[in-house]
Amino acid sequence: MDFQLTDDQRALRAGVRELLVRRFGRERLRAAVDPPEGEGSGGRVAVGGLDRALWRELGEAGFFALRLPEERGGVGLGLPEAVLAFEEAGRALLPGPLVATHLAAGEVPGAATGECVVAAVDGTLVEWLDEADAVRGDVTGAVALRSVDPLTPLHRVPRPAPPDPVASLLTAAEQLGSAARTCALAVQHARTREQFGQPIGAFQAVKHLCSEMLVRVEVARAAVYAAAVTGDPLDIAAARLLADDAAERGARDCLQVHGGMGFTWESDVHLHLKRAWSRARRGEGAAAAEEALAQDLLASAARAGT
Amino acid sequence: MDLSYSDEDEEFRARLREWLGEVLPGLPPKPSADDWPARRAYDLGWQRLLYDAGYAGLHWPVEVGGRGATPTRHLIFLEETEKAGAPYVGANFVGLLHAGPTIAAEGSAGQRARWLPPVLRGEEVWCQGFSEPDAGSDLASLRTRARRDGDDYVVSGSKIWTSHAEVADWCELLVRTDAKAPRHRGITWLAMPMDAPGITVRPLRTLAGSAEFAEVFLDEVRVPVANRVGEENDGWRVTMVTLSFERGTAFVGEVVACRRVLGELAREARKNGRWDDVPLRRRLGRLNAEFRALWRLTQWNVSESERVGGVPGMGGSVFKLRYSQARQELYDTAAEVLGPEGLDLGREWTVDRLSSLSYTIAAGTSQIQRNIVAERILGLPKGR
Repeated sequence: MDFQLTDDQRALRAGVRELLVRRFGRERLRAAVDPPEGEGSGGRVAVGGLDRALWRELGEAGFFALRLPEERGGVGLGLPEAVLAFEEAGRALLPGPLVATHLAAGEVPGAATGECVVAAVDGTLVEWLDEADAVRGDVTGAVALRSVDPLTPLHRVPRPAPPDPVASLLTAAEQLGSAARTCALAVQHARTREQFGQPIGAFQAVKHLCSEMLVRVEVARAAVYAAAVTGDPLDIAAARLLADDAAERGARDCLQVHGGMGFTWESDVHLHLKRAWSRARRGEGAAAAEEALAQDLLASAARAGT
Repeated sequence: MDLSYSDEDEEFRARLREWLGEVLPGLPPKPSADDWPARRAYDLGWQRLLYDAGYAGLHWPVEVGGRGATPTRHLIFLEETEKAGAPYVGANFVGLLHAGPTIAAEGSAGQRARWLPPVLRGEEVWCQGFSEPDAGSDLASLRTRARRDGDDYVVSGSKIWTSHAEVADWCELLVRTDAKAPRHRGITWLAMPMDAPGITVRPLRTLAGSAEFAEVFLDEVRVPVANRVGEENDGWRVTMVTLSFERGTAFVGEVVACRRVLGELAREARKNGRWDDVPLRRRLGRLNAEFRALWRLTQWNVSESERVGGVPGMGGSVFKLRYSQARQELYDTAAEVLGPEGLDLGREWTVDRLSSLSYTIAAGTSQIQRNIVAERILGLPKGR
């Protein structure tokens, strides 16, 4: 058993991170969020469009075709590699229907290369419906929401799509990346922001918030990576519960550490929190995952013969 | 990332399972919690069985009598023994998991030859003399003092919360050998024979009602200088080695046990009708997610230590923080499942619920662990 990243996996993760830092760094993120001069203000911004050039670059880098077999033009890697790539996307707050397009690679023409933007019904919501070139699932009767997340336009649909464990796992990976990022942002702030004559990170109340954030990240990481290796739906359900929790609570705690600054539009913290909320709505939701995991306990007790 | 085990590891698992199937039915019944002599005999008997079958000191280096097994194989051992319902390490806890590994890492050749084989053979029990009434979480403020007199240290003071003190042969003892040095610098690590004159052991009742640990009073106790592990006044560093073992590997088997208990809880709820309580059922589901993740984190930490080799790292603090909390939630949920019987001391889960309260305190409180994570992993400044 060697439950650690291989050298190739480390290289892949570093490559995706480097691409995203270069193409979707903080300036680009803020440009996507903040309205041009004279168009609204504060939380009333119109959602910006999708960066098609970036989408094609992701396609060229193999982001969407990562799991497509080589004979079909893909990269031929597996779920663990996809999870590492999506973790980076979550860390960078990369917008767009990433999961839907990734899952459509090989089935919807142009999805694998990033030429085509694919949206899909996930749970009772569709992300990026108006920007999509192709849509999977029944979107009859879709109603637009004024999305809480400025970088994720949302429609609500009357008929939810059947759950897809792989979509749920990739969502968990994005949540994990976001949780790791908010932990890092909180620590960075706590090290430099001074109050009462010292960095606030020297105070236990702040320190303990940060360490709890890290603990949630590391526990979620172990669960998400393991689920990527086994592909087992129950492992995925468990990983998703922990990753959703790590992302949502991590963003909240990060906001708290940032104090008044964290409550401003200028801080990135709210973007992580809002995205974490919208991702958490994908798929069947926590209740179904908890029910499935509860049923599993009865089954495992039966298996053990006790 | 690979969670599969090698053929050799799977063969090891199969042989171990077969052996457990043969030997466990013949074990004597488990003694009662307060019958210390019987507990000692039972735990040492189990250790002797392990030794004779070649499973003692699996994770210890070969040079000190261990089997030099990989962390992965040790993990398999802990997983399979727990799944089979084998006895827990019990009174051998300190010897096998703290003092032994510390002596193996820091002791002289002679010290290793003297102290390690009896631990492995199930002949001697160790206890831990670290904490004092005014030095628990703030361990470096310990006051038990030792002065040199010829070839001996003469030790006076008191220790508290000393598990297994009543039946221990040896105590891994921390003493202050230089009162003037900065407090972390004047500490020395000694192996104290528990039959030395001047030692008084007074059992201390826990909130669970059992005499799980004791106070130990030391009045001019003579401990040979030869029993010192590491240099004089270098005990703090030696102790950090000990604590990393404590936090690193001590809870592996327990996670497996908690997962088993969780399955039993679900079955009990199904039987007594509590299963129809939706919030409770969902809580059980979430605990399943929690303990699955803790098992994965265990595998992650074991893999990591296998890759870097040797002493477990900071991951132990991350694990301990989450596990101690999860264990308390598990038994709080057990009480929910039991209903009124959750107040019945005749139910094992009620007693386990009481015991679980110590997990966020022992081996470094959760608050101390959070400081460790914040300062040593996240690099936040030390508080004043």
